[in-house]
Amino acid sequence: MSTNSEVWVWAEQRNGKLMDVSLQTLGKALELSQDINGRVAAVLIGDDAGALAEELVSYGAEKVYLVADAQLKNYQSNAYTRIISELIEQYQPEMMLFGANIIGMDLAPAVAARVRTGLTAHCSDLKMETIDGKSQLVATIPGFSGGMIVKISWDEKRPCMATLSSGAAEKPEPDQSRQGEIITVDYQATEEDLKIQTMEMVEKQPAATPVEGAAIVVSGGKGIKSEDDVKLIQELADVLGAAVGGTRPARDAQWVVEDNLIGSSGKTVSPKLFISIGASGAAHYSCGFQKAKYVIAIDKDPQAPIFEVCDLGIQADLNEIVPALIEALKTT
Amino acid sequence: MALKIAVCIKQISDPEYFSQITLDPVTGSIQRDKVPAILNPLDENALEEGLRIKEKYEGSKLTVVTMGPPPAREVLDWGLALGADEAVFLSDRAFAGADTLATAYTLAEYMGKMGNPDIIICGNMTEDGATGQVAPQLAELLNIPHVTSVSEVEFIDEATIVAKQNIEYGGYLKVQVQLPALIAVVKEINEVRDVTAEGLMDAFDKDFTTLGAAELEADPDLIGNAGSPTKVVGTFKQEIDRQKEILSGSVQELAQKVREKLSEANIL
Ligand SMILES: Cc1cc2nc3c(=O)[nH]c(=O)nc-3n(C[C@H](O)[C@H](O)[C@H](O)COP(=O)(O)OP(=O)(O)OC[C@H]3O[C@@H](n4cnc5c(N)ncnc54)[C@H](O)[C@@H]3O)c2cc1C
Ligand SMILES: Cc1cc2nc3c(=O)[nH]c(=O)nc-3n(C[C@H](O)[C@H](O)[C@H](O)COP(=O)(O)OP(=O)(O)OC[C@H]3O[C@@H](n4cnc5c(N)ncnc54)[C@H](O)[C@@H]3O)c2cc1C
Repeated sequence: MSTNSEVWVWAEQRNGKLMDVSLQTLGKALELSQDINGRVAAVLIGDDAGALAEELVSYGAEKVYLVADAQLKNYQSNAYTRIISELIEQYQPEMMLFGANIIGMDLAPAVAARVRTGLTAHCSDLKMETIDGKSQLVATIPGFSGGMIVKISWDEKRPCMATLSSGAAEKPEPDQSRQGEIITVDYQATEEDLKIQTMEMVEKQPAATPVEGAAIVVSGGKGIKSEDDVKLIQELADVLGAAVGGTRPARDAQWVVEDNLIGSSGKTVSPKLFISIGASGAAHYSCGFQKAKYVIAIDKDPQAPIFEVCDLGIQADLNEIVPALIEALKTT
Repeated sequence: MALKIAVCIKQISDPEYFSQITLDPVTGSIQRDKVPAILNPLDENALEEGLRIKEKYEGSKLTVVTMGPPPAREVLDWGLALGADEAVFLSDRAFAGADTLATAYTLAEYMGKMGNPDIIICGNMTEDGATGQVAPQLAELLNIPHVTSVSEVEFIDEATIVAKQNIEYGGYLKVQVQLPALIAVVKEINEVRDVTAEGLMDAFDKDFTTLGAAELEADPDLIGNAGSPTKVVGTFKQEIDRQKEILSGSVQELAQKVREKLSEANIL
């Protein structure tokens, strides 16, 4: 199949707001389109989404395929799958990327199956690499709870499709002076579309500052043993303006909110500073912060594996070192 | 109202042992023969939900289905012991090396040609491949609707369900779906039951069917490695390159040291 060298991004909107992960994915698409000398296009589906199309242009989309209809306000699985698949068949993009959040992961596989092409799941990176003398798209995927990295490429079918994890790419800087083409596409519901209908969508706000996107993350493990310890960790986080994450045992004990679990079952973060406190450093956990710029680990056990995956290790009891750190960092 | 229910289950490498997975130094392929296998945890919830639907609607029949190598039949025996009526084992060398599309195609060949279920229940994601792609792709290839991340299902009538689809931060979608349809469930949908001695005994008398590519009349170009549009081009052990400067001593000194390091690294 010959393609038109477009790199597409599904720009998800919820309640008239573009999702952050979609904008990050657009950032990745801009990078890839430069590598293949192509163009970036966004596919935007919603009700009254014209203003969002302009916003996508300001973020760097050179084209926006806009499908607007009152029935498409919320995610509609069959309708969205059909719309995107038909656009792909008509315009034949080279690549199509989705943010790997829950709705993206519901939609992307269905589209890939309908157009019969390969899809790679929650990639931590996507790059053009030379394999067998040919430049090819390669996805990096953390496997087996982060202990392994699997690299996956595509056969000759197009588009190459992928879902990109939240935090895996940076959101581009918006620039209002950018120009782009907005292509409006008509929508007519079919009987097929109506076999599945979203009746209601309830969005909730995060219960605590989200760890994804935070510049500094303080993360606690099972070494936290009391409410007082929790307060101590929070105090350190407040001094640093950090978000608070934690390990699975810390989550199970409800010391950190479910949404801020760090690791293979939770979030992957890439802050400039990650401070791990009282967590032993299991691979399931450590894979969650391997993209952090600088890692400080605090644990009382000198043998703890966390000291193998940190830049600065502090062997100390958290009840002693954390208050001292709060004092020392307060004055900066 | 009697329903035909199919539950897709998969045998996976036990995640407790993932740190023991190694790479063959010569071929670079993943070695996991020494790693024990278990039933994918969310597939227990899928099976539990299927059993609850079956128990609610008299005359319903529940089939457990897996595609996998010979040892994977164990998970089907387990499913029968828990209360499934019959097991279907899709096993053939030609199915090996399948990516999610080829896996979904193989499952769809069985479902479409022989199973014809009213409802298919999957886990939302496995803990080894962990793509979460098989369920929506299976539904798509059967041309039926699907809902992933399902934490509640309610039957409105014999042809309609309403599913609660969990989204980020505790939000959700209420989705109305016409049967036949597929749902992929998350852990909070139910508490799974334990197998009983009686269940184990009964399992011996239940139908167990093994089907290969020929019996399914599957297109050889669409199964296994040949039918997989994604190709693994390399596998690496995760390497984390860090400075690993480990300090101990008086906490005041340590705290000052942290402060110095952070300003040196231009973080504060
Ligand atoms: C580290 C790693 C990364 C991978 N990345 C990709 C990728 O990016 N793209 C890709 O196409 N393939 C990928 N694969 C291959 C993929 O894992 C296999 O195709 C696998 O057979 C099915 O995918 P899954 O385990 O991810 O299932 P999921 O999609 O996570 O499974 C969801 C549900 O589908 C059902 N199900 C899944 N497999 C079966 C089965 N064999 N029999 C019965 N029911 C089943 C179960 O109900 C299960 O709970 C990857 C494999 C590994 C090990
Ligand atoms: C499939 C699977 C997925 C998983 N996914 C995740 C995941 O996403 N995220 C995750 O975190 N885990 C996950 N786990 C669990 C993971 O394997 C570990 O069990 C977990 O990370 C351990 O948590 P911990 O470090 O808090 O506890 P522990 O391993 O018990 O470590 C506690 C540490 O605290 C130290 N300590 C105790 N008291 C003090 C003190 N007073 N001062 C200083 N240090 C102290 C101890 O020395 C020890 O090193 C997963 C496991 C599996 C099997």
